[in-house]
Amino acid sequence: MKLGTDHFGAAGKRLLPEGRLSGPMPWVIAIMMFLTVLAAAFGLGLRSAAANLDASVGHRITVQIVEANPDARERQARAAVAALQRLPGVVSARRVSDEDLAELIEPWLGSGVAQADVPIPAMIDADLTPELHAEIASVSSAVAAAAPSARVDDNAQWLAPLAQLVGALKWLSIALVVLMVGATAATVVLAARAALDTHRSTIEVLHLMGATDVQVARLFQRRIALDALFGSLVGLVAAFGVLLLIGRRVRELGSELLGSAQLPDHAWVILLALPVAGVLLAMLVARLTILRALARLL
Amino acid sequence: MNSAGSIVQFENVGLRYGTGSETLSDLSFSLRSGGFYFLTGPSGAGKTSLLKLLYLAQRPSRGLIRLFGEDIVTMPRKRLPGFRRRIGVVFQDFRLVPHLSAFDNIALPLRVAGVEERDLQTPVSEMLQWVGLADRSSARPATLSGGEQQRVAIARAVIARPELLVADEPTGNVDPDMALRLLHLFDALNKLGTTVVVATHDVHLFARVQRAEMLRLDRGQLSDPTGALRNPPRRIDA
Repeated sequence: MKLGTDHFGAAGKRLLPEGRLSGPMPWVIAIMMFLTVLAAAFGLGLRSAAANLDASVGHRITVQIVEANPDARERQARAAVAALQRLPGVVSARRVSDEDLAELIEPWLGSGVAQADVPIPAMIDADLTPELHAEIASVSSAVAAAAPSARVDDNAQWLAPLAQLVGALKWLSIALVVLMVGATAATVVLAARAALDTHRSTIEVLHLMGATDVQVARLFQRRIALDALFGSLVGLVAAFGVLLLIGRRVRELGSELLGSAQLPDHAWVILLALPVAGVLLAMLVARLTILRALARLL
Repeated sequence: MNSAGSIVQFENVGLRYGTGSETLSDLSFSLRSGGFYFLTGPSGAGKTSLLKLLYLAQRPSRGLIRLFGEDIVTMPRKRLPGFRRRIGVVFQDFRLVPHLSAFDNIALPLRVAGVEERDLQTPVSEMLQWVGLADRSSARPATLSGGEQQRVAIARAVIARPELLVADEPTGNVDPDMALRLLHLFDALNKLGTTVVVATHDVHLFARVQRAEMLRLDRGQLSDPTGALRNPPRRIDA
């Protein structure tokens, strides 16, 4: 007779007869996967938002020319722009237009306020390279030399608390994912132990017939993998539904800050890979649990 | 008989469960390869415990056991499955897998040994025929009578042509005719070279197999009423 692979053939499916959805494990895994996907999406979205903020305004400075005399203000503004443009490491320096300034102050002073009525500072936005941004004092000196009434604001200063919050939330989401992975592993350990107890007599018979620990472990691995696959897919679908709903609401809000937390393409790939990782984790944990338990038998 | 012809050798073997007194004490005997042995004794004498040592469900508390020429007391655990596949066991309580059909129960040792599905059909069908259960192939144990379950258990024990067959009260649940048929089955297997050890209360079975020898256990120790234990083991390294 020809010897095949190390399995139980067609009877293997029937050796552990409980249906795939007979126990609570698939549903517990579904809940875990749902929360894991949401936490991961939260973390990936925040990471994307942080990166977007950093790329857009993280190395930007705003120069204000606070001068009551309009002619002097205009002269110093031009000198400041010229000074900035001469500096190596300044990516761009542009004067904020009068229209944009009027739009900025409109919520406080209303429309139709003439420059002559209220002396509004001239403003210049400049994007710096990270290297120059690290030496912002030299930029301030150069601007001050050209425009004595200039005041340099580093956007990173007011972004810092927000960046810290985003960073903390990102770590929180990572911690949540790790906790979910741990809880899922613990669930699988409990399920594997329960399955071992349920099928102890069958295992003993197989053992005494010369079945190896790996052969027996594979029976459980297969069953637990099917349960985990079902639970993972249910959790994933539910989580994707929630994410799409949240995405729609955010778009309706039209918030630039919230909108910057969009999930990039690679984040969706990571989220889709989570069920696969969940099944692999369940199989690995089940295998180790079963092998450890079987090692106590002779 | 020297140790070279022995399939089983016990030397001063003792077995104790927990901290109680010894269930088996100072067992020293050897079983000849190809022999047919009846293990008898009153209830509680230790027959099942001795069989457990033979089919590697238990290691002794002390002493030396050699099986198929190798010391199985100190043998690493990972080597035991290979030895177990050379032993067929008929359990007193059958231990059929309840969710499998008679066919699948009988095929189990072959599947454990890695025999491919296409090679299972013929030997398992022949075995079902042999034990008179060809028409109950797909029946599950719960739907079989005690005698039918026993025959499935026996068929499962012999399907892989073990070198050593260990049977614990194999005729306990069958009528005399079936008991005799099963005994003939063991006898036929024995003639093909399998060493057979049958634990039984029924001393009348002993007379049915001409070549059979008897081991008698009493309170965990062997007595030798028939002279079956006339071949004490010798140390291999002597």
